[in-house]
Amino acid sequence: MALYSEKVMDHFRNPRNVGSIENADGVGEVGNPVCGDIMKIYLKINDDQIIEDVKFETFGCGSAIASSSMSTELIKGKPISEALKLTNKAVTEALDGLPPHKLHCSVLAEEAIKSAVKDYYDKNGIEYDPADFPEEHDCEHCCG
Amino acid sequence: MFVYADNAATTAVSKKVVEAMLPYYTEVYGNPSSLYTVGQKAKEALEDARERVAKLIGAKPREIYFTSGGSEADNQAIISAARLGAKKGKKHIISTKFEHHAVLHTLQALEKEGFEITLVDVHENGVVVPSEIEAAIREDTALVTVMYANNEIGTIQPIAEIGAICKAKGVLFHTDAVQAISHVHINVVEQNIDMLSISAHKFHGPKGVGVLYARGGIVLTNVINGGAQERGKRAGTENLAGIVGMTVALEDAIAHIDENNEKFAKLQDKLIDGLSKIPYSELNGDRNSRVKSNVNFCFEGIEGESLLLLLDDKGISVSSGSACTSGSLDPSHVLLAIGRPHEVAHGSLRISLGEDVTEEQVDYIVKSVTEVVEYLRGFSPFWDDLVEGKRPHVFKESSIA
Repeated sequence: MALYSEKVMDHFRNPRNVGSIENADGVGEVGNPVCGDIMKIYLKINDDQIIEDVKFETFGCGSAIASSSMSTELIKGKPISEALKLTNKAVTEALDGLPPHKLHCSVLAEEAIKSAVKDYYDKNGIEYDPADFPEEHDCEHCCG
Repeated sequence: MFVYADNAATTAVSKKVVEAMLPYYTEVYGNPSSLYTVGQKAKEALEDARERVAKLIGAKPREIYFTSGGSEADNQAIISAARLGAKKGKKHIISTKFEHHAVLHTLQALEKEGFEITLVDVHENGVVVPSEIEAAIREDTALVTVMYANNEIGTIQPIAEIGAICKAKGVLFHTDAVQAISHVHINVVEQNIDMLSISAHKFHGPKGVGVLYARGGIVLTNVINGGAQERGKRAGTENLAGIVGMTVALEDAIAHIDENNEKFAKLQDKLIDGLSKIPYSELNGDRNSRVKSNVNFCFEGIEGESLLLLLDDKGISVSSGSACTSGSLDPSHVLLAIGRPHEVAHGSLRISLGEDVTEEQVDYIVKSVTEVVEYLRGFSPFWDDLVEGKRPHVFKESSIA
């Protein structure tokens, strides 16, 4: 079996929603260059709390790029409340699976989206339950 | 276009080698330990191979032990030296920070048994300084083991100088010559090498076969116990077809060292000059003291696995020292040992040429790498930060000499 599923390779080769959004309503960046992956998510959110547009920029391996691409597809056009429910498991399943040592890429995607939504809430003075935005996991698990 | 440029990982078995091997599967298939004719014919072929391999490195046939490859040879050399040393109360071993894992992990296992390990620095250029080995040698040093050429960055080590130092100090000296044997002229006597490891699949021989040379008088410790093969030092029915194939491949490789080096040198220059034009990139390892087939670069702002997957889509087979490709969580220990920071080590690329690689293919590699690096930087937030000055650059904009 190849390292990655066809779906992962498709999203890696033809990433959806690549780029940035000028004057984005929310921006989230997670990861660390020392660990070898950074994901940045840009959100355009309308008055109805719908994610009208989403873009990503990623520094990382094939599965990091594919996870970013897939997660943007999963939340585009959806209400924020739904985006916040996106789990790394859902991203992994949508990609037809990731190798075990690459699962952290899908975790980063989930965290990047949450971080962008949090940024939107902060910028607009919208109250939220901090429990919905757990601290980003630290880097210790992934590099020395 | 298909370009295989990962010859430091493995090589294609040459047709000549395959042809030389075939009779030992179907005709001379006897067990060399058997006394009847087909067994004794196999035994003759085995001893013929031993003589020929010995001659190629300036050794005696009795000093050649056939193994399953480079890793086994490294393990056995180091464990043997450790056991010999321990008998005399010597439990200190000197090596370098950027050895192959077959060496480093064996040393780590010995460390748990109570050996003390000193790993000397390999400096920014990836070359050991012999006087630093000399300074590290103690009364209780059992072994010095330094690779001949590094597998990732191709830098060649001053083996003859280190050999002379070890001889003068009376310390055993082993070298892992897996990446060097087909690129550098090696003579174990002239270069004062006590033990040396070779692997066949790095020079168009088959996988799963290698050599441990151990100077006469060095009593080896078995890593594999069982029958009396290899003078009782390596049990298991000999991989005769593999051994014959390796012998033919090694003769071919060594006969063509100078010719190949001349060809590789031109292509290496072309690759280095071409890739140096990519902004914020740098060659890893000394430009001059390196095997001519190796080019290893780091590119800021990108990650190596995505680079090599996209190059694979373009038909180019190369490798990277990023964490994602190393199978571990850290990037290459070799790149870290020469002082590359983690974030740069993740963006590395190793190209290792083979005899079939053409100038046209080299141009294609340079063009493709340039395109893919630019493409990946195009949506890398790390690259954006470097461009915007939010994070400091590691390299200069241009590394053109």
